[in-house]
Amino acid sequence: MAYVDDFPTDARIVRWNMAVAFLALGIGGLFGMVQALHRTGIFRGFVSSADYYTVLTGHGVLLALVFTTFALCGLFTWGVTRSLDRSLPSVRFSMTWFGLMLVGSIMAAAAILGGLVPSIPMSADVLYTFYAPMKAHPVFYIGLTLFIVGSWLAGVDWFRTYWRWRDDNAGERIPLQTFMVLTTMLMWYISSVGVAVEVLFFLLPWSLGLIAEVDPLLTRTLFWYFGHPVVYFWLMPAYFIWYTVLPKLSGGRLFSDPLARVVFVLFLLLSTPVGFHHQYVDPGIPEGFKFIAMTNTMFLLLPSLLTAFTVVASIEHGGRQRGGEGRLGWLRSLPWDEPAFAGCVLAGLMFAAGGFSGMINAGMNINYLIHNTLWVPGHFHLTVGTASALTFMAAGYWLFPQITGNRLRFRSLATIQPYLWFVGMTLMSNAMHRAGLAGVPRRTAEPQYGSVTFEGVVGGVSEMRIQIAIGGTLLFVALVLFLLVVFGTWLGGDGTDTLRVNSSIPAPLSGPEHSPKILDNLKLWTAIAIVLIVIAYGLPLSALVADGLFAPGSPPIPV
Amino acid sequence: MEIHRYEKLWTVGALLLIVGLIATVTYGAVGPGVTMVDDSGGTVDADSLGDTEFSDPGVTQVGENEYEVHVVARQFLFQPGTAEPIRVPANSEVTFYITAADVVHGFELAGTNVNTMAIPGQVAEVTVQFDEPAEYGIVCHEYCGSGHHTMAGQLVVVPEDEYDTEDS
Repeated sequence: MAYVDDFPTDARIVRWNMAVAFLALGIGGLFGMVQALHRTGIFRGFVSSADYYTVLTGHGVLLALVFTTFALCGLFTWGVTRSLDRSLPSVRFSMTWFGLMLVGSIMAAAAILGGLVPSIPMSADVLYTFYAPMKAHPVFYIGLTLFIVGSWLAGVDWFRTYWRWRDDNAGERIPLQTFMVLTTMLMWYISSVGVAVEVLFFLLPWSLGLIAEVDPLLTRTLFWYFGHPVVYFWLMPAYFIWYTVLPKLSGGRLFSDPLARVVFVLFLLLSTPVGFHHQYVDPGIPEGFKFIAMTNTMFLLLPSLLTAFTVVASIEHGGRQRGGEGRLGWLRSLPWDEPAFAGCVLAGLMFAAGGFSGMINAGMNINYLIHNTLWVPGHFHLTVGTASALTFMAAGYWLFPQITGNRLRFRSLATIQPYLWFVGMTLMSNAMHRAGLAGVPRRTAEPQYGSVTFEGVVGGVSEMRIQIAIGGTLLFVALVLFLLVVFGTWLGGDGTDTLRVNSSIPAPLSGPEHSPKILDNLKLWTAIAIVLIVIAYGLPLSALVADGLFAPGSPPIPV
Repeated sequence: MEIHRYEKLWTVGALLLIVGLIATVTYGAVGPGVTMVDDSGGTVDADSLGDTEFSDPGVTQVGENEYEVHVVARQFLFQPGTAEPIRVPANSEVTFYITAADVVHGFELAGTNVNTMAIPGQVAEVTVQFDEPAEYGIVCHEYCGSGHHTMAGQLVVVPEDEYDTEDS
C-alpha cells in the first residue's frame, strides 16, 4: 500500500505543501539566475540595477522562507503521520495553517513584486532581513506575520497528533521521526518569538505610522535572535531525511537512533543563543556577548560533526548490504543512479564544504575578512542552497510517487539532475568564496567601482564572474528539470500505478532502547534551552532597551 | 547508552576541533590583540548629527602619529571618502568613528580586515595601523537602497614626508 492509499487526506496536505514549496523554488531560482548574470555583468537586460534589489528580495523571501518552510511542512506532515501511523486530527485545522501560510506568502510576494510595476503603489525592496530604518509596505509585514503564525499552528497540529498517540501508547519511546519534528518545532517556537516581537511591536506599527521611530540596532538584534535558528529550521528537515530515509535508500538502516536523538536535542539547546555571530562587527554590542555567542556557535558544530559520522556509517552499512567490500569498495555498490539517493549524498558532501566555510564565519576575528562579502552567500548556497534544497528535491523524487500514486516520470532527467546541480553549485560557490576573500561585497547589483580594485587571492576576478554566471545558469537548468519531473509525476497519471517505492523504514542497527529515556523529556530540554538564551541575550537586550525601547530612534525610510 | 568505538573517537576529535577553534580566537584576542567592534563608540542621535562630533567629519591629528577619522555613511556616499579620498600618513595609528545618517550601511576597506557595520544611532570605533603607503577602496557592503552599488570611496595612505597637515 502506498502512503496515499493509507493516508489519502494527509497525502493531499503533503502534496499541496510540496507543490507551493517547489513553485516558490522555481520562481526564486529564476530570480537567482537573473542575479548571477546581472551582478557579474554578463547580461543586464532583465532588470535595471535599481530593480535588482526587488528581485533579490524576492529571491531571499521565496527561497529562504517560503520554499523551505512549506517543504518542511510537507515532509513533517508525512513523517508524523507515517511514524505515529495516524492521520492529523482535523482537516479543517490543517487547512487553516496551510491557508494562513499561503495567504501570508502571497501578500509578502505581492508587496515585493509590486516594486517592479510602477503603477502598483506597493514595494518592499528591503531584502529578506528587512533591517530598519528601511521600510517596506505594511502588507509585507502583515504577510510575514500570517506566515509565521501559520507555521506555529502547523506545529500545534503535529503536537496534537503526538499527544493523541501518547494517550494510546503510554510509556512508549517517541518514534524517531516524530521526535525530530517535535524538537525542531520547539526550537522554532523559542526562536521565532524574536521576529514576531520585531514585526508586531516595532516594524508593523512603525510602517503604519503608529509609532514614529524604532531603534535600528534593537530590531536588528531581534531579527538575528531569530535569523540564526532559522537556518536550522532549513537544515533539520534535511537531517530528518538523512537520518531516516537516506539509510534505506542506500540499502541499509540507520546506524544509531540514540545519537540521532542527541543531535536533535543539541540543536534545540544551541540553535538560538548564537545570533550575535551575525553581528560580530556591529557597534553597540559588547565584545563579551559576542564571545559567548561564538563559543555556543562552535559547540553547535558538534551535532553536525556527529551527523557526518552516523550518516556515512549508515551509508557504508547500506553499501555492504548491497555486496560492497573492501575499505572503500562499498562506495561503488551504492545506487548512484537513484536520484533520491544521489541528491541526498551530494547535498551532504556540499554541506561538509559549507561547514568548513562556516567555521571561518564563526571565528570572531577572521570573520572581519569576509563579513558581508560574497563569501557569505557562497557559504549559504552550500548549506541552505544545497544541503537543504537538494535534499528536499531528492526527497521529492522519492515522496511524490507515494503522495500521488504515480510512478516517477522522466526518470532519466531525474537521474542527471542532482549531478547537474552539484556541478553548477561547485562553479558558483567556489568563485563566490574566492571573490569574498578579495573583498567583493554581497547584495550588490554592480560590484564594479571606479575607486575600488579587487585583487583575487586565488584566481582572477573576471574568471570568478564567469564561473558564477555559468554556475547560476546550470543551477536554473537543473531546477527546470526537477520541476518537470515532479509536476510531470503528479499530473502525468491517475494515481493507480504500482509503485517501486514505499514508506516503510527499517529499524536502526542500534534502536531507541539503547538510549536513556531522559532524551525524550522535551520539557527538560526546552527549559535548558531557555536558560541558555537568557544567559546569552538577557544582559545585552536589557542594555539595548535601557535607553528607551525606541531610542536611539530612526524614522522610516521607504526604499 | 551504546556508542561505537569509532564514534567515540570521532566525537573526541570533533570536540578537540571545537576547543581548538575557540582557542585560536582567544589567542588572536590576547596575543596579537585583535579586538572586536563593540559598544565603546557610544550612541549618537542620527537625526541631528550636525550637533555632534560628526558635524564636520574628517581627519583630526590627536597625537604624534595618531589620528582620528570621523566618517558619516549616508545614501549613497561616505563623508569623507567618496567626494574626496580619506588621506592619512604612513606609520600612523588611525581610529575611525563611523556612523550612519539614514539607513544601515557597511564600511569595508576591500581585501583587508577593516570591516564594520554603520548603524544609525550607533558609533563604530575601529583602530587601524597603517604602516606603508597604499590606496584602499572603501565599499558599502550592506544594501542601503536603490543606489547601493554606487556607494564607494577611497582611502589613501600617503608617505609620511608628503603628508600635509593642511589635508586634515
